[in-house]
Amino acid sequence: MLPQVLFLYFAFAIVALSLAVITRKNPVHSVIFMLVLFFHIAALYLTLNAEFLAAIQIIVYAGAILVLFLFVVLMLNLKEEVTEHRYISLWAVGVLLSIAISAIFLMTLSSIPLGAKGVFSPDVIASETHTVALGKLLYTEFLYPFEIASVILLVAIVGAVVLAKKRLKS
Amino acid sequence: METALKFPVLTPAMPEIIMLIGALAILMLDLIVRKKDFIALASLILAGLVAYNVFGAAGETFGGMFVADGYAMFFKLIFLVSLMLTILISIKYIEVERVNYGEYYSLALFSTLGMMIMASAGDLIVLYLGLELMALSTYVLAGFLKHSLRSNEAAVKYFLLGAFASAFLLFGISLTYGITGTTDIRAVAAYISENGLSENPVLLLSVILFSVAFSFKIAAAPFHMWAPDVYEGAPTSVTAFMSVGPKAAGFAVIGKVFLIAFASAKLSWVQVLIPVAILTMATGNILALMQTNIKRMLAYSSIAHAGYALLGIIAGGAEGMAGVMSYLMIYAFMNIGAFAIVILLRSEGFQGENISDLEGLSKTHPLYAALMLISMFSLTGIPPTAGFIGKFYIFVSAVNAGYTWLVVVAVIFSAISAYFYLRVVMYMYMREPKEEVRLTTSPAVNLALAISTAAVLLIGVLPSSVIDLAMYAAAGF
Repeated sequence: MLPQVLFLYFAFAIVALSLAVITRKNPVHSVIFMLVLFFHIAALYLTLNAEFLAAIQIIVYAGAILVLFLFVVLMLNLKEEVTEHRYISLWAVGVLLSIAISAIFLMTLSSIPLGAKGVFSPDVIASETHTVALGKLLYTEFLYPFEIASVILLVAIVGAVVLAKKRLKS
Repeated sequence: METALKFPVLTPAMPEIIMLIGALAILMLDLIVRKKDFIALASLILAGLVAYNVFGAAGETFGGMFVADGYAMFFKLIFLVSLMLTILISIKYIEVERVNYGEYYSLALFSTLGMMIMASAGDLIVLYLGLELMALSTYVLAGFLKHSLRSNEAAVKYFLLGAFASAFLLFGISLTYGITGTTDIRAVAAYISENGLSENPVLLLSVILFSVAFSFKIAAAPFHMWAPDVYEGAPTSVTAFMSVGPKAAGFAVIGKVFLIAFASAKLSWVQVLIPVAILTMATGNILALMQTNIKRMLAYSSIAHAGYALLGIIAGGAEGMAGVMSYLMIYAFMNIGAFAIVILLRSEGFQGENISDLEGLSKTHPLYAALMLISMFSLTGIPPTAGFIGKFYIFVSAVNAGYTWLVVVAVIFSAISAYFYLRVVMYMYMREPKEEVRLTTSPAVNLALAISTAAVLLIGVLPSSVIDLAMYAAAGF
């Protein structure tokens, strides 16, 4: 009973917080709501026995990515931002479309085949702990994707450096 | 669960490893070497070396996450051909545009590495990471003209919409993982057919999400909106690269996901892809009619060509896939050939992007006008050029698979396309030169033009060379 109650609370809170993030006029308020949102998502991971993911969620999202958002807020003119229109005139169409898409997703919900699939059932994860399982996999079976990810990060750095370089004279 | 740490066999992945080490070396070389021509030359040699190694690499490694088969080999050849031609047409152009940084070549190499990883992916996670590596490098290349607002717009638009498409892809992957419990492409296929999930609504939803993401990557309607703006704003050499490499890589993963992983759900994804293909051919060909900017026109033409190639996927099987693959190879040559001429028009203080800038080119530069004529004929699909062969094999495979009506639609749109391709020819041959157009020629661009035109004519006359290789490569489907 308790896990269900917790899940329901976090799930609804996440939706409500996401709405708050995109509807607030003041960007600072949006960012604060996003911080709370990140913590709720981390808590949701905890209820799924994914403690490593929860920690990463806090460190990377709440710690690093949020700071990037704050840097952007720093460059905005808050006084102007608050008075400007938040949405384009077609926002109602967008709302309708999202409701329609959510309805389609909800309709497929009942046909998800339940039960554990694959090697890592909840019991295996619970007995081995999530961090150990993830660590083992990441450096053995998933070594190849792990290496590709490192190249992606390198390209991101190279790209940032190129775009920040001075213009050539001739 | 004990997992023994065993060092994976690296020989099948040799081309990728050489590419990665080479790209890193070229990145460092930029610090020592002042003359950027050497970096371009080194990149060309590297691409050649990798292409040579692609022929020898076979087998799978990393627990089936990396698969080097005939299919991957053929696609890697397309990527490397387009990379080499792009480097050749870039050397002079990025000097004129004053963005002659060595990183340009490293980013193109990294992007090609991403495409190669996609073509060899045996796992959906690897497929996604390869796609991100390709895309991230291309975003930066699209924004390479930092001082140009159009280029900035192109990069930001491409980046935002690309990130959006990635989200759809990840959603599709996670739904597939949710119902099958695996991300291995062949294991997904086995699980779906063993458990009779091919009619499952969740799987259909996942198919739709994959279609959205892939349609974005190949610029298929209604997810093509980014293409004209990005193609117009990006540096012309990068546009040439983007319109061939990432598109071919998109088709490589469409083949993997739809024809292998979702093979038993073919009925559901064909229903999604048929409207997409028709809409793509319609928007591409009809909107191209009213363009005055040649880069925009070629962007819409590139959208239309994605529509034709989708017919091969819809037809499915070895024949359909071989049609798609040979079409993409031919498209690489004819499209980069056309872009090479556009690049020649750009000179210091002259944009040269309007179709009217080509007026009377046959009087001032008869040879280049003739080369453009061959590219335009090939893009239209007029024999004896390669474009005809490419379309022919795709349409035959679709007819054999029972989609005759779809082929009729495609042929009608193909006839419409003659208007805007041949308009370029008309401007070059039947109008008087308005002003003196100075072409920025260089030996490298001439070489690229020679290679692409020779290939277009050779494949047009002797199609078996490419078709046989494609048939061999697609034999597994």
